[in-house]
Amino acid sequence: MATVHLPRSLVTLFVDPPPRRLELQAATLEEIVARLDEGWPGMRDRLLEAGPRIREHINVFVDGERERNLATRIPSEAQVHIIPAVAGG
Amino acid sequence: MKNRVEVLIGTKKGAFILESDAARDDWRVRGPFCETWPIHHVVRAPDGALHAAGGNTWYGPSVWRSDDDGESWTQSSAGLTYGDDGPKITTIWNLTPGLNGTLYAGVEPAGLFRSDDRGQTWSHVSGLREHPSMPEWQPGNGGLCLHSIVPHPTDSDRMWVGISAVGAFETTDGGKTWDLRNKGVRADFDPNPDPEFGQCVHKMGLHPANPEMLFQQNHCGVYRSEDGGRQWTEITGSLPSDFGFPLAIHPHDPSTLYVIPMTAPDKGRHMIGGHSAVWRSRDRGDSWQRLDNGLPKNDAYLGVLREAMATDSMDRPGIYFGTSTGQVFASADEGDSWQLAADFLPPIWSVEASVAD
Repeated sequence: MATVHLPRSLVTLFVDPPPRRLELQAATLEEIVARLDEGWPGMRDRLLEAGPRIREHINVFVDGERERNLATRIPSEAQVHIIPAVAGG
Repeated sequence: MKNRVEVLIGTKKGAFILESDAARDDWRVRGPFCETWPIHHVVRAPDGALHAAGGNTWYGPSVWRSDDDGESWTQSSAGLTYGDDGPKITTIWNLTPGLNGTLYAGVEPAGLFRSDDRGQTWSHVSGLREHPSMPEWQPGNGGLCLHSIVPHPTDSDRMWVGISAVGAFETTDGGKTWDLRNKGVRADFDPNPDPEFGQCVHKMGLHPANPEMLFQQNHCGVYRSEDGGRQWTEITGSLPSDFGFPLAIHPHDPSTLYVIPMTAPDKGRHMIGGHSAVWRSRDRGDSWQRLDNGLPKNDAYLGVLREAMATDSMDRPGIYFGTSTGQVFASADEGDSWQLAADFLPPIWSVEASVAD
């Protein structure tokens, strides 16, 4: 099971918000997004844009490595962090 | 009994609601709503729901809905896409309720979507982007945004839309096909003296009692059409500038409209000489009157964007405008006098007004 860490600005968009940290069974990044969307419909639209691609200013780290490819394999016991890019203004 | 007036504010950092009783001289601010997302437009639908729309730098475009006057909100962008092969939609500029419970959304890059389930899911009105001119649409400074959605008040097959730096279109078949409606509108920035499209409409509207008469504030003047947009006549007349963004039409008098002239695009796009004013015409734009009683007349370099002026529907209607520096000015007497209703809000992008019991 991968442990997925979600940002506060994402979970607060849902009426029954997901926990900030949850465990998911997924083989790829795309499957993680799919599992999240099953639990919280609309989550996929917040994380992915046309392509489909991870949104430009959303960073995903798998065991500390930044990944942009949705086909990225997720090791069992992986730590997956979804983090919005920092911004000014 | 009309005893509560609310002004719905979209800002760079969330939606806000101003509330007053019928006197409209004491305003209370609620908000920010929508998780402080950038909100381009907030409307109250005929069924009472509040809808707010915008686009977030990180999480993309979405439409928010509240069924409890703003206490709680949900958001969805299901179906708001040109497909995985199409361009990415960055934000939603305008929400407009149509007939029979339909809600329309104008997005960037320019396109029109509709929802028939109160904003939960959306479908693309694809005929507009199938117009032969589409490959040549070019964004203006504000982006390639569809910002004016003007449904016919009784015929669900007819509608006009306005796209910045492209112009006006009309459909008469429910959105399947669209025709350009730019004849008579200047495009001084275009080397072609009389282009079919490329005119930069800033805001367009009609009065439901006279749906063949359209008005628009354009990058290059103010215009009136008396034949559903087939031909436009410039009515800039005595206005101190042909440039401005918003336009509002009196709710009870189809001949009365309001604009806010501003300095030229290369001269700041703010109130002329720091003297803020709204201009009103009582005769369909044939003549204009400056309204500045109660507005700051010195050193007030206010900017007002395309969506940021509105009227309420009280017997003597109120007029409202919001500024890029966070002020909301309100008039309870059709523009004859003004007061500051709110200050220190984030940069204001839109203002709408509604009246409730």
